[in-house]
Amino acid sequence: MREIEAVFREERGRLLAALVRRFGDLDLAEEVTSDAVEAALKHWPVEGVPPKPGAWLMTTARRKAVDRLRRDRALAARLAILQVEAERTAYAPPADAHDDLRDLPDERLRLFFTCAHPALPAEDRGALMLRCLAGLSTPEVARAYLVPVETMAKRIVRAKKKIREARIPFRVPGADELPERLPGVLQAIYSIFTEGYAASSGPALQRPDLAEEAIRLARILRRLLPAEREVAGLLALSLLVHARRDARTGPGGEPVLLDEQDRGRWDRTMIEEGAALVVVALSGGPPGVYGVQAAIAALHDEAADLATTDWPQVVALYDVLLALDPSPVVALNRAAAVAMRDGPEAGLALLEELAGEARLRGYHPYLAARADLLHRLGRRSEAAAAYRAALEAAGSEPERAHLRRRLAAAEEGR
Amino acid sequence: MVCGGPPYDDSTREGITVKYMLLINAGASAQDDDACTVEDWMAYDQAVREAGVWVSGESLADLVTATTVRVSKDGKRSVTDGPYAETREVLGGFYVIDVPDLDVALDWAARCPGARGGGSVVVRPVADFGA
Repeated sequence: MREIEAVFREERGRLLAALVRRFGDLDLAEEVTSDAVEAALKHWPVEGVPPKPGAWLMTTARRKAVDRLRRDRALAARLAILQVEAERTAYAPPADAHDDLRDLPDERLRLFFTCAHPALPAEDRGALMLRCLAGLSTPEVARAYLVPVETMAKRIVRAKKKIREARIPFRVPGADELPERLPGVLQAIYSIFTEGYAASSGPALQRPDLAEEAIRLARILRRLLPAEREVAGLLALSLLVHARRDARTGPGGEPVLLDEQDRGRWDRTMIEEGAALVVVALSGGPPGVYGVQAAIAALHDEAADLATTDWPQVVALYDVLLALDPSPVVALNRAAAVAMRDGPEAGLALLEELAGEARLRGYHPYLAARADLLHRLGRRSEAAAAYRAALEAAGSEPERAHLRRRLAAAEEGR
Repeated sequence: MVCGGPPYDDSTREGITVKYMLLINAGASAQDDDACTVEDWMAYDQAVREAGVWVSGESLADLVTATTVRVSKDGKRSVTDGPYAETREVLGGFYVIDVPDLDVALDWAARCPGARGGGSVVVRPVADFGA
């Protein structure tokens, strides 16, 4: 039973995508996906898993859809074409059906592009992906984003209403559109990951479950688009950062900076997988933003400690990244790397150049980085003032606690 | 490269189309190099008609000719000059097109000369209250 449930957690998105493809309606597909899964959980433990589970589920779902359309004439009229569809002969799976729901055609790529469509609000795209492709329920998505269930339900309903009524299509963009549309899909997955990696608010610094969902989505996308190097880059970056999860927080939930982390607690298997993907991401064409960030993460992951990290190479990669993405946040990270290569004075000079950037105003990582460099230079009172400014801007409680400790150290002259 | 093949190969959607209104807001920077010419508009109009997606379309006379009417609860009619342009963008015209989905509508909006030169095109599906 538990095994069957696990299959559905993994493959629910695949079933949903196949049904969306078949019916052209997300709501109807979601409803009959649930019905079919429920029926499977009832029958399979007793009767055994059918030889073609995907086909079984599709047939069950189609039958439920026909029932549903008989009850709801308005919906039937809207989806008039379905009547014909429902009368077709039983669904014929490809011959190579073997395990899980692999006997279903994989239509999930369409659903990725629909969920990340630029016509949808950016903040809802990740939530839709978690719901439609990662198989999370609305309460689970709400918990993931730390918002009330009702709020998340409203957002998902509104997004689905737009998909339906503005007729956002379920289609994979053509090769000519892909360069414009794929970054939106990657961004949506990455936003799920970063929300899990450094929670923007709330009591916990990390929400590893959310990061793992993002990795799962990136893995699915990688299988669907094996030739897209930035997909490999996104998966690599996620793995290489997530490999440090256990060392990133102390026993009290406080953040542990890179230089203080117990590198023995880093996940070596995950680092190896990520490092291999970096090679894929950076081979055979110009580098992309995810591939370069993954390469930087790999340099950190493969170094024994902060001192022996290849800082010249890190700075060089930040130069590449800055050319691809000339944002003040990238410039901030580059400055921190320069501080490691050339000393705190050089890093601080670069930070001061960024002082006028609107995006860094009140941005606590900027304020904290400046405070750290002042502290390292022994400019104690300036460092203390800078830590106080960072504290005013910091979001999550563990980050604030960390800054308070640094402030105390600066004030005591440690 | 995995591609979706022809974009509208979805057999369940065959033949279904939606009407979208493209609301064309004129940009304030009509003097830009980027500003479009009468020829651009004629070419676009011709393209929309030749593609067989044209339902209707008009361009509106200058905003100074606009008059606003309101009727109060007691039935009293109030007529005022305006509105005046309070925002940078002013509705200058519209098209209604009949196409398979939002992506096609967005492509037509992007081709519209009104989307350039600081202008914008708002794409809204026409409400369907059932046939």
